[in-house]
Parts: sequence; structure tokens; C-alpha cells
Amino acid sequence: MQSEALFHTPDTATEPTLVVDRLKAYYTTKAFGIDRDIRAVDDISLSIAKGEIYGVAGESSSGKTTLIKTIVGAIRPPLHVVGGSVRFNFSGQAYDIYDLRPDELQAIRWRHLSYIMQGSMNVLNPVRRIKHSFYDFAYPHMGLDRAAFWDKVRGHLRKLDLDPDVLHSYPHQLSGGMRQRATIALATVCTPEFIVADEPTTALDVIVQRDVLNMLRDIQRDLGSSFLFVTHDMSVHATVSDRVGIVYAGRLVEEADTPTLFRGARHPYTQHLVASLPKIGDTTRRASLAGRPPSLADPPSGCRFHPRCPLAMDICSRQVPVMTSLTPRHRVACFAVTGATS
Amino acid sequence: MKAYMIFVARRFGQLLLVVFLGISATFFITHMTPVDPVAETITVITNFGKADPEAIELMRKTLTELYGLQGNVFEQYVVFWSRLIQGDLGPSLSAFPTPVSQIIFRALPWTVGLMISATLISFLIGNTLGALAGYYRKSRILKIVSLGLIGLQPIPYYILAFILLILFGFVWPVLPITGGYEMNADLDLSFALILDIIRHSILPALALVLVGAGSWLTGMRALTSNIVTEDYVTFAELGGVGSTRILRSYVVRNALVPQLTGLAMSLGAIFNGTVITEIVFGYPGIGTLLINAVHAGDYSLVLGLASLSIVGVAIAVFLIDILSPLLDPRIKAE
Amino acid sequence: MFTIVRDLIRYNIEFAIGLVILLLLIGAVVLSFFSPYPASDIYVVPPDMPPDAEFWFGTTSRGQDTFWQLMIGLRNTLGFGVGVAFLSRILSLVVGLTAGYAGGRTDRVLMAINDSIMVIPQFPILVLFYFVLKDNMNWLMLVLILSALGWSYDARLIRSIAMSLRTRPFTTQSVYSGMSMRKILVEEHLPYVMPIVFATTMNNMIWSIGMEITLSVLGFTDVDTPTMGQMIYWANSHSALISGIWWWVAAPVGAIVILFIGLFLLSMSMNEYIDPRSRLNRMGN
Repeated sequence: MQSEALFHTPDTATEPTLVVDRLKAYYTTKAFGIDRDIRAVDDISLSIAKGEIYGVAGESSSGKTTLIKTIVGAIRPPLHVVGGSVRFNFSGQAYDIYDLRPDELQAIRWRHLSYIMQGSMNVLNPVRRIKHSFYDFAYPHMGLDRAAFWDKVRGHLRKLDLDPDVLHSYPHQLSGGMRQRATIALATVCTPEFIVADEPTTALDVIVQRDVLNMLRDIQRDLGSSFLFVTHDMSVHATVSDRVGIVYAGRLVEEADTPTLFRGARHPYTQHLVASLPKIGDTTRRASLAGRPPSLADPPSGCRFHPRCPLAMDICSRQVPVMTSLTPRHRVACFAVTGATS
Repeated sequence: MKAYMIFVARRFGQLLLVVFLGISATFFITHMTPVDPVAETITVITNFGKADPEAIELMRKTLTELYGLQGNVFEQYVVFWSRLIQGDLGPSLSAFPTPVSQIIFRALPWTVGLMISATLISFLIGNTLGALAGYYRKSRILKIVSLGLIGLQPIPYYILAFILLILFGFVWPVLPITGGYEMNADLDLSFALILDIIRHSILPALALVLVGAGSWLTGMRALTSNIVTEDYVTFAELGGVGSTRILRSYVVRNALVPQLTGLAMSLGAIFNGTVITEIVFGYPGIGTLLINAVHAGDYSLVLGLASLSIVGVAIAVFLIDILSPLLDPRIKAE
Repeated sequence: MFTIVRDLIRYNIEFAIGLVILLLLIGAVVLSFFSPYPASDIYVVPPDMPPDAEFWFGTTSRGQDTFWQLMIGLRNTLGFGVGVAFLSRILSLVVGLTAGYAGGRTDRVLMAINDSIMVIPQFPILVLFYFVLKDNMNWLMLVLILSALGWSYDARLIRSIAMSLRTRPFTTQSVYSGMSMRKILVEEHLPYVMPIVFATTMNNMIWSIGMEITLSVLGFTDVDTPTMGQMIYWANSHSALISGIWWWVAAPVGAIVILFIGLFLLSMSMNEYIDPRSRLNRMGN
């Protein structure tokens, strides 16, 4: 599986397509006697280069979905951004997501920035045919007349191995896998520079999973877009991602090239994640981590992993480890690895 | 399609059940009375002078036959149904010998017209405002307007109509407060007459719309708030689809079917309200007819009105129930 | 249960206002027992007096003190509404819970009957009852009739709650862990059902009192017991508005509007509280 990984040295000469700087986003609850902040994204910084496939991995409720929602600006109360910034770079133009007017944000959506949502069950309007979704999402951005538009759409579908007749169906008439592929086709028809995919293969059976992953890889190769790919399934990251960032309890704990991450992870949590992947022929027992993922409303002090960490030291419960570069492309946030520097 | 046909058949069965139960109920209600309608009627008739015993006896026999009251309860029940199916509701007493059905059908168009127009208007206004209020949650204007309409909702139809009557009849008399059209008007189909009819229906319709719009608004607003959290709406927003388009194509379209089902369920209440409002404004529909019939002691007319109301509302509900699923492609495509 | 009420008072202004109104009404009911004049007596005070220090709401053309008539009328009207609400709750709960829990054939049969009753237009039926019973239409009769007509909408609501409760994981867990059905119903399910019952009680009262008022205004009820609707009836029959005795009409109409707004606020805020999504919406802002 790992040898199939299509990773390539990204284009570091140009500006990164996405820079996330010290992003903080909390869910605030202040009613009925409750006053609580759920710190779903707590000081995360990362950058993604042009044409790079960046994977975000972590357990459920680690905050990774909130992270990508915040990155694309899809937040709604009670979720608020309390600090940091998200900046995109499309064709030399900079866009600070939280500094744009609503109409400016709307203009970059789909044309430059598209999003494949988690779960294909319900993402398409159930009472209209699929062609209407294509029209609503893509037509305003393409600048073509209708005939040319539909030609392009049909061509795009065919390239992705989808029957253009799909356009005339209602969502419920398609199988789950077909729906997901149609959604991906929809997300890529405007050739956006940045595509976010949230668990695109979860809830699909393995054969369809492989088709979808292949489809995503082909698209990426074809368009040269950057991908931000979220899934808890480490084997998918091994297959597809160029670089992987591990999120634990709202914080980034390690980030490296895929080969480095899988063969030489340094953070104890990452090591555990990688070790838990089954390998054919390996029959050793898998040890599970003690404890459970922390509550984001009341997280542990200092390093959030310290209650479950086999390498925990005194400093780990008192100070928050920052992401430190071990090599230019490998960062870790762990006092045991980087030394107890303040 | 097959599933749909089965659904229609089942709904039709339900319709028959409703009609059967409802009309049987009216039958049994009238037989609960310790009051003998024949004796009552004779008292009313003989009030104006004496009549000799033979004539009274003849009247008694005729009336008994006319009211279908010969024989025991079971025989009466059978006679009742057999007449009903033929559309024979008996003659009206206060307008003897005009058949009750004729009198009712003279008044029916007024009620139906008022009800349909008022329902359409309040459905449109209420749902539009509700969708807007549910989608644009921050809008202050919408909040105020919603509060106003919702505040009117619990007030009984009669009271609101009454308040309107006082307001526009006495305090600021700009609109006519009784009748369907001016008395002594030429009953040709002229534009002036139509205008006159519309003027007379403004207040009753207004009363109905004010009370009705609120409930559509609350329902639609709640529905919209829920739909807005659905994946396909979030996806459309992520796709940069404009908010008007989302509201129209993604939200309202998905909310229509439940709202129509709600319409079917509330038709009984809407009918009630229409009838009551008519009474306040003396509008020449079923409501006014009913009250007058009661005051005149017109047995057949009251019974006929009650029966017809049940059948009418049941049929209307049935029609809406079988038409609304057609709007949902998930059902049509079977 | 008390925590719910306390939370609602603190964070939901509509509930608070509704509660205040309710307390005022209860106060009026209690006050009515201290009325210096028997309820149905007429010509006990000078008629047609406008509101002043002695007669706070003036007097009626029938020589009654409007204020005290209003208090007594409130008591009777509310008592009526409570009676109907109580009886029809029983029916709604029985039908709704049975249909929801039993499912299958029982559910279908019950719902068929339920929907039939829901569709029947109530006003013509009530008028028919009056026509047929005339003077025998006393209050008890009316309470019974309205109870029989008004349970179907709420039965459906309760049924859907019962259905969702039945299939929820914690129910099956409780059953597997050996909890008796009765214990499950009382300890696990009742807390979900009670708020709905409360909300529907408010709605039911709004509806039944509305009917009573309408019927009374038309003179279709027992005229010896003063209720709010009755007051308007008498006012109309004495042409109060035209004679300028506006307080005779304004007092009951005003009280009715306040009563209904109060009931409605309680019902609406309870409904909003029940729906967790609307609760969250309140929190998020």
C-alpha cells in the first residue's frame, strides 16, 4: 500500500496555497446556567503548498472536522473563531477568509475552493435533479453559455467514469458510491485550486473506497490542485497523502511526509496510531492506549496527551509543547522529543 | 407508482370512514335529544293561532315522515342514510318547502370563496415570512413582524373578528361590516358588483388571515431552522450558492410537503374559523345560515349543514392528502 | 421537573411573562370567591356606571359590578378549560401511548379513528348539540363534549414521542437489563412525555376556552353561569357598544386577550424548550 503512495515534492518555490496561523475556534455555550467553551481548535498552524495532498488524521472528536470547517469559513454559532487567521493564495491573489465580505467569500467558493462533505447520504438536494445542483454550484463561475457549460460538465463526468445520465437522476436513485462520486465530480468541475475532503471514503465499502480514492488521485494529478484530506483511517493517508498532520484534542502534535510519518514517527501518539495499523502477516497483539480522548471542554493542562502518554514527564502537565521542526518538513510538539525547552 | 396507488386507496377508505363516523355521529346526536323536533315544530307553527286537532294530527304525521322519524332508531338510521345518499336533506322549515340542499348551495360559494382566498393568502404570507425568519435569523424586522403575527394567533376567531368589527365599524368606519354586498344592489355580473363583493369580504378575510398566518409562520420557521442544518443546505452554502436561491430551491421546496400535510390537518380548524367569522360580519355563508337556522328552529337545515360540513371538510382533506406527496420526487419516482 | 421550570424562568422571557399572567389569573380566581355579590344576581348595583373609584370597571346594564363579574367569569371560564384539558389529556395519553408503544394493528386502528375525529369540523357539531339539547346543555355536558372532540391532535403528538422512545437505545437497554415495563415508563419515559403533555394542555385550553367563548357569545350555553363569553353575550344583547357602555365589552375582551396570550406564551416556550435544536439556537446567540 505504501509503495503506491503518490507523493511528490510540492512546489515550494511559489507561495503556499494555504497558510493557517495560530487558529483558535471554540464552541461557546452560554445559556441555561451553562458557561462553557469547547476548545475544538486550539492554536493550530500549518501551511499547504500548491499541488500538495495534505492529510489530517486523528481520532473522532479530536477537532479535525471543526478544523477544516473553520479553514473554509463554514462556521455557524455557537462556533466562533477566537484567534488566528486563515489565508489562501490563488493565482497570486491573497484571501484572508475572515477578512472577506460575504460576497467576496462567495465568489471564491467552488471556483477556487471546494469542499467534499462527510457522508454522501444527504449532501445533494433531495427534491431536485442532480443537474440543478451542477447548475447552482458551477454555472455562475464558469462564464460559459449554457450549451458550452453542459458540454463541459458532461465531458468532466465522462472523464471521471460517470455516465452523464446521472444528471437527470434524483439523488435517492443513485447508490451511495455513485452519489459520492457525483459529489466529487461536482466539487471538481470548476477546477478549483484547493479542495477539502472530509472523510470521503467513510461509510463506503472497500471496493467503492478504492474507486473513490483513485478518482481523487486522478483529479489531483489532472488539475494540480492542493488537497486537504481528513480521515481517521490511517491506511487511506498512507495511500493518498503527501504529508500528514496528526491532530489530538484540538491541537496539532506531529506533521511529516508520509514515508517519514509511517516509518519514523516521533510523537508517542503518532507512533501508537501507526502501530495500530494491521499488516498482513503480522500477528502480534495490538496494545491499546490507556484512557480515553479528553473532553474538549475541560482538557488536561499542558500537553493534552500527557495523561495517556508513556513518556510523560513533569513538564508535560505544566506547559504546552509547541510544534518544533526536527527537519524542514517534520514538526513535532512533544517535550520528550524536542527536550524540555520552554 | 404502485405504492402511491395503494396509498390513495387507503386514504379513500379513511375518507369513507370519516364520513361514516361523522354523519352517524350527527344522527345519534339528534336522537339524544329529549326534545321532540316534531312537537317543537308544531309548537312553533301553532304559535300564531289555533288549529283544529285533525290538522295538527296530519301535520304531526307529515312532519314525522319528513324528518324521517318513523319507526325505531334503526329504521330511522337506514332511512337517514338512504336519503342522504340521494342528496335529499329534506325541506327547510323556515323556508318551506325549499329543499335544504338548495339553501345550502346558495350559501356555500360564499363560504368556499372566503375560505379558499383567506387560506391561500395566509398560507402564502405565513410561509414566506416563516421561511425568511427561519433563514435570516438575525433580522430585526422579521423578528418584530413574526412576534406580531404569532401574538395574534391564540386569540379566538370570534374575538379578533369582533375587535376588527369595532375598529373598522365604529372607530374608523371605512369598510363595510355586514353582508356580502350592498343591500339593494343590482345582481348583474358587473364590475361594480364584483368590487362591492370584494370590499365586503376584506374584513372577514383580514380576520382569518391575521389569525391564520401566525400558525403558518411558526411552523415554517421551525421547519426552516431544521432544514438549514441539513447537509444539503450546508453543502450548497459551501458551494457559494446565493442565499435567495438556497432559500427557494433548497429550503422552501423541502418544507412544502410537510406544510401541505399540516394544511390538511388544520382544514377543520380553518373551516371553523371561517364559519365563526362569517357570523360576526353577517357574511352570507354557511356560518350565518347556521345561526339563523338555529334561531328559527329549522331542524333539517341545521342537520343538513352539520352533515355537509363534515363531508365537505373530509373531502377537502382527502384531496390535499393525496396531492401533496406528488410534490416529493422520492415518492413520484416509484 | 423543577429544574426545568427554574431554567425556563431564568432564560426564557416568554415563559416568565406567561407564568406571571397565569399567576395573575389564579389570583383573580381566588379573589372571585370574595365577591360581595352572588354570581347570577342582577340589579344589585346602579346600572351603567362608568369606571370610577367605587366600581373599578364600571357597572353593567344589568346592574352588576363589572369587576366582580369579570373575576367570577374568569373563574368559571378557567375552570371549564381545566376540566376539558384534564379529561382530554386522559384520552390523549391513553390513545397516544397505546398506539405508540403497541404499534402494528392497534396503532393503525387507533390512528384511523383518531384522524377521523381530527377532521370533523367542531363548530357545526357543537351548534348541532346545542340545537338538539337546548336548555339541557349544561356545563358538564359541554365539558364532556369538548373533551370528546379535542384529544385527537395531541394524541398524535404523544404517539410520536412514544414511538421514538420505544426505539431508543436506552429503552432496549433497560429492557435487557431487566427493568420492569412500568418502571421504564415512569422513570425513563415520563420525563420526556411530561413537557409535551404540559404544552399540549396549554394548547388544549386555548382551543376549548376559545370554543366556549364563541358559543357563549352566541348564546348557546347555559346563561345562568357567568363566563367571559357570557359577559360579551349580555353586553351585545343590551347593545352596550351603541349605548356607550364600552367598559362592559372592553373588560372581558381585554381579559380574554391577556388570558390567551398568557396561555400561548407558556405553550410556545415549553415547545421551544422541548425541541433541543431550538434550545441550542438560543444558546448560540
